[in-house]
Amino acid sequence: MSTTAGKPTAGIDREHGLELLRQMLRVRRFEEKCVELYSATKIRGFMHLYIGEEAVAVGAMQALTPEDAIVATYREHGHALVRGVSAGSIMAEMYGKVEGCARGRGGSMHLFDAASRFYGGNAIVGGGLPLAVGLALADKLQGRRRVTACFFGDGAVAEGEFHECMNLAALWSLPVLFLCENNRYAMGTAIERYESETDLALKAASYEMTAWSADGMDVLAVEEAARRAAGEVRDGGRPCFLELRTYRFRAHSMYDPDLYRTKEEIERWKEHDPIPALTARLQAAGLVTDTDVEQLEQAIAEEIEDAIAFAEEGTLEPVEELERFVYFEGAAP
Amino acid sequence: MSVAPVKTITYREAMREAIREALLADERVFLMGEDVGAYGGCFGVSKGLLDEFGPERIRDTPLSESAFVGAGIGAALGGMRPIVEVMTVNFCLLALDQIMNNAATITHMSGGQFAIPLVIRMTTGAGRQVAAQHSHSLEGWLAHIPGLKLLAPATLADARGMLAPALADPNPVLMFEHGSLYNLEGELASDAGAVDIERAAIRRPGDDVTLIAYGGTLATALSAADQLATGGIEAEVLDLRVLRPLDDRAIVESVVRTHRAVVVDEGWRSGSLAAEVSARIMEQAFYELDAPVARVCSAEVPMPYPRHLEQGALPQPGQVVDEVRRMIGVPADE
Repeated sequence: MSTTAGKPTAGIDREHGLELLRQMLRVRRFEEKCVELYSATKIRGFMHLYIGEEAVAVGAMQALTPEDAIVATYREHGHALVRGVSAGSIMAEMYGKVEGCARGRGGSMHLFDAASRFYGGNAIVGGGLPLAVGLALADKLQGRRRVTACFFGDGAVAEGEFHECMNLAALWSLPVLFLCENNRYAMGTAIERYESETDLALKAASYEMTAWSADGMDVLAVEEAARRAAGEVRDGGRPCFLELRTYRFRAHSMYDPDLYRTKEEIERWKEHDPIPALTARLQAAGLVTDTDVEQLEQAIAEEIEDAIAFAEEGTLEPVEELERFVYFEGAAP
Repeated sequence: MSVAPVKTITYREAMREAIREALLADERVFLMGEDVGAYGGCFGVSKGLLDEFGPERIRDTPLSESAFVGAGIGAALGGMRPIVEVMTVNFCLLALDQIMNNAATITHMSGGQFAIPLVIRMTTGAGRQVAAQHSHSLEGWLAHIPGLKLLAPATLADARGMLAPALADPNPVLMFEHGSLYNLEGELASDAGAVDIERAAIRRPGDDVTLIAYGGTLATALSAADQLATGGIEAEVLDLRVLRPLDDRAIVESVVRTHRAVVVDEGWRSGSLAAEVSARIMEQAFYELDAPVARVCSAEVPMPYPRHLEQGALPQPGQVVDEVRRMIGVPADE
């Protein structure tokens, strides 16, 4: 890990820089509010925060088009927000309301949105990878030049499904962009304690797949890597693997007392917080002013307040509808 | 009215015809699984299809059940109509995460946003002396899961006709093909096509007792019915055909006629489909019964290899006959 504040911002313009900053701030502020709402028992169940890792989703999403597909994990509020699922429908989902992006059926861990090709919200570690492989297979068989972006954590690399899917995607030359969010912990177990080989890109490369690592605390580095990898997937029609080295500042979930790592370690990583890092770079380059940041914060605060109001005003699904959608209604599209 | 000529066909060939027809009818259909291509299918079902349709549509997979079953779910989400073959139900345990946590849940969990028009075919059952890791009947486990549909074709017509409606269904459909059935041979109308996949079917009418069976135990029940008929007992044989959702109406209507029921199930008795059917009869037709529902299931042991022990573990027609005679009050030696 390296500090990014002093790095150049070559090629980035004001508009794009502000947009990256805005997206990271949206995710951060949204989740900070989620913590409050969880404490207020508005949100229940498991909730996993992405705070600290925002540069990964924000950077990677820059490389995707609306036609591409996304498969994410249970730590996916940020991915859904950046993908364009509205803050209101995500918040309503976490409130368990019908207006939620999954009708309130899934909650925090299972955000779905067909319109933006957002295929969950998968809460079985590694369980999303086969879906991504299949979505990419459908694209290949139908001759569509689309990318399926599959986000998963470092913990998934120890699962059999990871290895099966690396092999299958490479063997069949499927257009999957594997995005490994390496935050160094599989829940509470440090990577050195569960992986025989901690260089995850090296593991992926053994499947005859282009694979490399990037600094997941640097949104510009993530974007650059993701654009290159997505280009390889889209134009080359074959999978690519990116390991994005990052860190979560908060506990694994709201239930986690965070006893397995030191406060010093967390504080050390917070020095590489991607949001102040990007802000400093943009300001140093004269692209962004304090006023710009204040305006972003103001607009985001309003968006989140609106989202909460939307969720609060939402409706609870009648219990009589409990069994709706056990089977799909109507013909398959 | 002209009647289509009949032809002699095996269960295996009927299944192959169904797959071939589906591939010809819809370019979104493809078949994938272990050895479905060059080998021709572990049980020979897909023999010749690789030559006819090529490797894009007849896809040999690595031995990665979770990946290729999950890929089938993903491909269905992506607009395809996959047929995934899993060699045996025992191997599907390696893909159970995908079947349970994705195929069965995504439609409901997403608030009805996504259809999963997927068919997963697998062999089930014993009788071929392949011991304790290739012989079990685990469809009862899978029938426990909301969101799935389960079919058990036990006849040539069902082998030929269940696939098309299963592919047209927007939900994941699991088809269980009992290994003893592939060589079943008989006559089938040359224009046989799609069949209903919602209802159970009476395979033999009778008034004295209902024998409820499916898949591999249909033959057991029919054989028992023949033996009972020689003693003047007319058994009705009901083929469940659809294991989830169960056709309660057909079960209850038959029991209302016969007032007695024996469920014949190759699964283990504890927590079995037979237990479920029995409970439903108790709930919905208790006062119609002249005797408690009986069950003939597999012995509760891992399936042993030697033929005599395997047959000893499996439901036999004689056991069904004994149960019926006991509940009617006919001495066993009569």
